[in-house]
Order: sequence, then C-alpha cells, then structure tokens
Amino acid sequence: MALKSSPAVLGMLTRLSRRSFATSKALASKPVTVRDALNQAIDEEMERDEKVFVLGEEVAQYDGAYKVTRGLWKKYGDKRVIDTPITEAGFAGIAVGAAFAGLKPICEFMTFNFSMQAIDHIINSAAKTFYMSAGTVPVPIVFRGPNGAASGVAAQHSQCFGAWYSHCPGLKVLMPYSAEDAKGLLKAAIRDPDPVVMLEDEIMYGIPFPMSDEAQSKDFVLPIGKAKVEREGRHITLVCAGRGTDTALKAAEQLAGSKGIECEVVNLRTIRPMDFDTIARSIAKTHHLITVEQGWPQSGIGAEICARVMESPSFFELDAPVWRVCGADVPMPYARTLEAHAVPGPADVVDAVTNVLGNKISAVQAQ
Amino acid sequence: MALKTGASFVKLNAFRRAARLLSTRTRPETAQNGGGKIAEFPGARAPYVSEMKFFNETSYEPIPIYRVMDNNGQIIDKNEEPNLDKATLINMYKTMVQLSHMDKILYESQRQGRISFYMTNYGEEGIHIGSASALSPKDLVFSQYREVGVFLYRGMTVTELVNQCYGNCEDPGKGRQMPVHYGSKHHNMVTISSPLGTQMPQAVGAAYAYKRVPNNDRCVICYFGDGAASEGDAHAAFNFAATLDCPVIMLCRNNGYAISTPTSEQYRGDGIASRGPALGLHTLRVDGTDTLAVHNAVKRARDFTVANNKPVLIEAMAYRVGHHSTSDDSSAYRSVEEIQKWTKDESPLQKFKLYLEHKGYWDAETEKAWSKEARDTVVRTMQEAEKKKKPNWKEMLEDVYYEMPPRLQKQMKQMEEHLKKYPEHYPLNQHESD
Repeated sequence: MALKSSPAVLGMLTRLSRRSFATSKALASKPVTVRDALNQAIDEEMERDEKVFVLGEEVAQYDGAYKVTRGLWKKYGDKRVIDTPITEAGFAGIAVGAAFAGLKPICEFMTFNFSMQAIDHIINSAAKTFYMSAGTVPVPIVFRGPNGAASGVAAQHSQCFGAWYSHCPGLKVLMPYSAEDAKGLLKAAIRDPDPVVMLEDEIMYGIPFPMSDEAQSKDFVLPIGKAKVEREGRHITLVCAGRGTDTALKAAEQLAGSKGIECEVVNLRTIRPMDFDTIARSIAKTHHLITVEQGWPQSGIGAEICARVMESPSFFELDAPVWRVCGADVPMPYARTLEAHAVPGPADVVDAVTNVLGNKISAVQAQ
Repeated sequence: MALKTGASFVKLNAFRRAARLLSTRTRPETAQNGGGKIAEFPGARAPYVSEMKFFNETSYEPIPIYRVMDNNGQIIDKNEEPNLDKATLINMYKTMVQLSHMDKILYESQRQGRISFYMTNYGEEGIHIGSASALSPKDLVFSQYREVGVFLYRGMTVTELVNQCYGNCEDPGKGRQMPVHYGSKHHNMVTISSPLGTQMPQAVGAAYAYKRVPNNDRCVICYFGDGAASEGDAHAAFNFAATLDCPVIMLCRNNGYAISTPTSEQYRGDGIASRGPALGLHTLRVDGTDTLAVHNAVKRARDFTVANNKPVLIEAMAYRVGHHSTSDDSSAYRSVEEIQKWTKDESPLQKFKLYLEHKGYWDAETEKAWSKEARDTVVRTMQEAEKKKKPNWKEMLEDVYYEMPPRLQKQMKQMEEHLKKYPEHYPLNQHESD
C-alpha cells in the first residue's frame, strides 16, 4: 500500500535532477524550498497555538516520509507530533474527534492516494459535521500531504484528488505552487476554523523559490479563496494550480519566445472556494481561456471552470471555446516514457494555446 | 495459560555444559534468544515451546458476565449493590419508562406518516440508564443511534427529542438530520452521525484531547453495537485508545442482531469483549438487562480511565426486542417466540421495577400513575410539535462553513428576492420567517 522505501525515494530524486523547473530568475532573495516553507509554516503555527498538533505515519521520529515535518518531533515531543499505526481511517477519525473536542490537528496522509481509505472521515465526519450539528461542532482540521503524480510510482500512487475534494461543500481545498504559496496557505489553513484539504506536490517539495522578507515573517498568511496572476499577458489566459502552474509558466515562456504570444497565467492557489472573479477579469482582458491540470478530464477542475464561464457574462467575452489540458484518461502507467505522456507537459499546453488561438495568431501578434 | 515445566530443563543444561568442556570442538556457540527460555522479540515476549498447538476461540474460557440482580430483581451479592439513594433510583426507573412510552408512540407516528423514520430502544433501556447514571454530566458522549435513554437521563426533554424527529423550528438540530440523530452541545452529547463505527476513533481522539488538559477529570464514552464493531474503525479505535493511553470507555451494546445479521454471522470469536485484552484494553462483560450491573461497571470504568488515562472496553449483553428501525420487519428473520422470551423473561424494566418494589420505593399505583403521565407527555408533545412550523428556509445555507462564503450569500440573496416576487408559489407559511 504505502511507498516507504528509501530506494524508491532516491530513485525519484535522481530523476528529479534531470527535470528543469520554471523558477524566477531572481533567486537573489533567500531561496526556500517548498518543503522548508511547509516546515516553517507548521513550526510557526505550533509555536503560536499549543492546540495545534501533527499526526500521521512516520511524522515524528522519521522526520516525515517526505521530511516535511523534519525536526518538529525533536522540538515539540510526543505530545505534539504523533506517529500513528497504519490505519488512515483510524487516525483520520481520531484527528476529527480531537478537532470536535477543541484541538487543531494537522493530519498528514503519506500521499492523498491513501486518503481514500479515510475519505469517509474527511467527508462525512469533517466536512459535514458543522452543518449537521446545527453549527455547534466546528472542525478546525487540516488534512495535508502530497497529491497527484510523482515519478515512477504507477497507478495507485499518482492520482490527483483536486476534483474529488473540491466537489464537497464544507471543505476548503488548497493547491499551492510556490514556496510562498505553501507557507502562506498552510498557515491560513491551520488558523481556519473549517476543515481544509491541502494538496501539495511531491516533486515540488525540493524546488527552491525566492521568499520575500514579508513571506518570511511569522504572521505571513495568504487569503484562502484568492488566485494569483503569476504572469501577465494579453493574448490568452491559462488557469492552473499546483504543478500545473509550473507547466503553464514553462509553456508561457516558450510561447513568448517563439511565437510572441503572451499568456496570462492565473495560479488558482485555492480550488474551493474558487476565485472566479480573477479568472473573469483575465478573460475580459484576453478573450481566450485554457485550463491546465494534472487530474483526469471527466468532472475535473477544468470542467468546473468551463461550467462557470458558461454560466456567467464571461461567456460573451470569449472569442473561442475553452480547452482543458488534463492528465490522460488512464490509470497512471509505470513505464517512464508512458508516464511522461500521461501527464500534461509544456508542449501540450503550447499545442492547446496554438489551437485555441487558431489562425488568429498573426492577428494576435499584431495587437 | 502456558505450560511451565522447567525441572528437566535444568538437568539438560548442566549436562550440555559438561559435554562442551569435554568436547574437542572449538567453534563458539551463538547466544540464544532469552537464554533459550523466554524469547525477547521486539514484537512479543513469550516462552519458546517445542510442541505446536493452535489457539482459537475455544482455547480460552468465555469472558464471564457480571451481574448484580437476578431476573426477579433480587440482589445476588449484597456487597455489589450500589449505594444509590431513593430519588436517584426512582428517577432512573421513571426515565426508562418514559423512554419506552416515547418509543412506542413515535414508532406508531412513523407508521401513520407523521415522521419519516424512527428507531426504538426496547430491551436496552438498562444499558442507557445504567451507564448514564454512572457518568459525570461533563463527560463527553459519542453514540451510535440506539442510546436515547442516555439523552433523556442527561436532561434532554421529550419536547426536544420529538422536535428533532419532526424537524421543526424548535429542533436544536435545525432540521438538518433524520429523526433520532440527536445532539446537544449543552449536554455534552455529540450529534449522531450515520456511518457506522465512525464515532469510535472520533471518541478516542476527543479523549486524547481531554487527557492533555492538566488535572483532567473528564472521560469520553463511546457507544456502539455488535455490528458496528466489525468496522475497520472499531479496530483502529481500540488500538489507538490503548497505544495513545486515552481516557475513553468503549461500550458495546451487544443486542444479538445487526439489522438481520445475527451475531453468529457477525463474528466467530468470543463476542466483542475478547478483542479487548487482545489489543491491550481493560475489559469487562456485563449483563445489559441488569441496570445496576451496568451502573457498577461504568462507574468503575470511569474512575479507572480518569485516574490512569487508560481505556476500558465494556460489552453489555442484551437483546434487541424491537425491529432495527421503522424500515425493518424482524419477523422476517427471527421467530416470534424468541422475541417473546426475551421480552418476558429478561426485560430490564421488569427487573429494575421488581428491585424497586422489594425496596419499597415503588408499587402498582405509582406504576400506573407514572405510566399515564409518561404517555400523556409524549402525546401532548407530539401534538404540539406537529403544529410548529419548519425551520427558516435560510437554515439550508447556514453552517456549511464557519463564515458563509460569498457564493452562498449571493444564492441566499437571490432566493430572498425570488420569494419576495413569487411568495404564493412557495409554502412559506409552513416555515419560520425572519
């Protein structure tokens, strides 16, 4: 069931080094990896509020399966960082019960694939209880862990759960991209009185991003439900989240260079509640839209964005239909070459942009 | 349990040592785990044996059933009679009678189409009141759905319970749940959740939260059925309660049936109690039809959990006299004779009433008077509940999140405007208005 062997992790890391990532050129301000940003967020919130505690498999003595909770057990001890037996349904239920009784648990799933074994507790115990208890039992819990495709871990370890969790009222669903996203959103999630699902990305954990001084402050919190325009552009809008943002930014770079097409990249940051206003403003500017996600196409995040566009005045701002760039509609294959094709890459986004802009590219360039 | 014959062992050892001195071999001997006697593995510390023997559910005696009264309400061992004063005992019995009348009338009202669903508690009143009377009102209660007596004993009124069944504007649950899914923050009773067994790890988590408070004097009690104990959550809850040292009482109402599944098909081991010691829990099996026995058991368990931050598993044996719910007809899977036997001979109300009569606290007249009053209370409450309006329609959009998100605020406003424009198309007079 769980991927715990260090050889597999090392294998992933070696493949990691062969990838290139779209990071800001100015690494002059102190670069912080996403992993360290998450670690800082948890540490700061645990220091700030003694009701906050972490539980999950391998979070304590092992420093976390992906080292996100490194050093926390040493600093806070058994009372605040708890290693659990292997039962997702069990420890998710316990975390929810602790939240019912007034604590603020951070429940780590080794990957969100394993959260399926606890999904009843996430939906029926966490998401719905405030409503069903007539507002008397809030559930201030955070479920976090890596989500989506990693590298060479095949079908049962590579699913994206953004669509599944963002489907449910009662949950807030976050998908950070950069280190700043990770830190600010996780701090906001921990402070939020509602249950929050934080979908991180294993490949992004090791990637450094510049962190502004403001972001390094202990009170740096990002608003939940606000998207960020990572790159401004006037020809087409690319809406994405998580690692999809990295893919979109790389594609935007390529398109700006080779074809002079300027993409506006909107990093959702929050999937639920979705910041449709930012998307609408961008569509009003560019009149073309593409969504980029790693999840499967049917009933996905892109499908939701399309539906909202259809139902709003933004529909009339479009000069072409919306295209979704999604993961291939198959369980994730294991073979490396096939895996690379099952997940959208910058080439797929470039392809989609080219198609959506159609033969108006020369007209677009002339603007 | 284990066979301990060490006599011959010692002689063999001496002989071996002597043989080694005389031998010409020079290879050193490997150290034996535990000296060859008691093995010290990280996973278990147990003696070695050379004779293979399978252990199963018949290798151990079944865990015995603790009781205080016999079926005639007579105390068997005077030392075990709890020191409860007259007022408490009478209150306990009256609550049990109130519960059985409420069950009868609300069940009928579902059959008449007045409420959508109901579940009765016949045969388990002793478990409810016996346990509730042994707890502190500060203790947190997680229940499954067949523990209405606990709610009543704690002070929830028949009115509040009936209002919840009707889902009217005075329902503390704001009409959000099916009938019998009661909850009351004021009475420290967590709102009932339908998926089976989920309350078990939640209860352990809540107990964990309590034990972290210095000078904690609260415990958590979690009720669950023999069927729910098969859920994966149950195993996780027991395991965590033990490994995380949580002050929680896990109380299993083993009433013999999980809808139509008899316990003979639910498990093969010695009930749920046998799982307790296996997972490191202090365990007790008790006669659930004996209110005093349940009271003693829960009282002892409570003192133990709070003092030691350790869990207790109690299995209360009983019989589910009624159907599983209004959606069930149990004559399809069990005989009328079986039901009658348990109703007549093992009724917790009967036993407790006889006990009270022996003590001179109750008689036929008080029985008649209270029966009538209990029945009238329910009938009157129902009639009033029916007349009350449904909750304000706005409650549909409230409490989804701690703060209503902009999308829902917009939808609420849209609905408000729509209703202002077309009020005659909607049954607004049936709902509470602002």
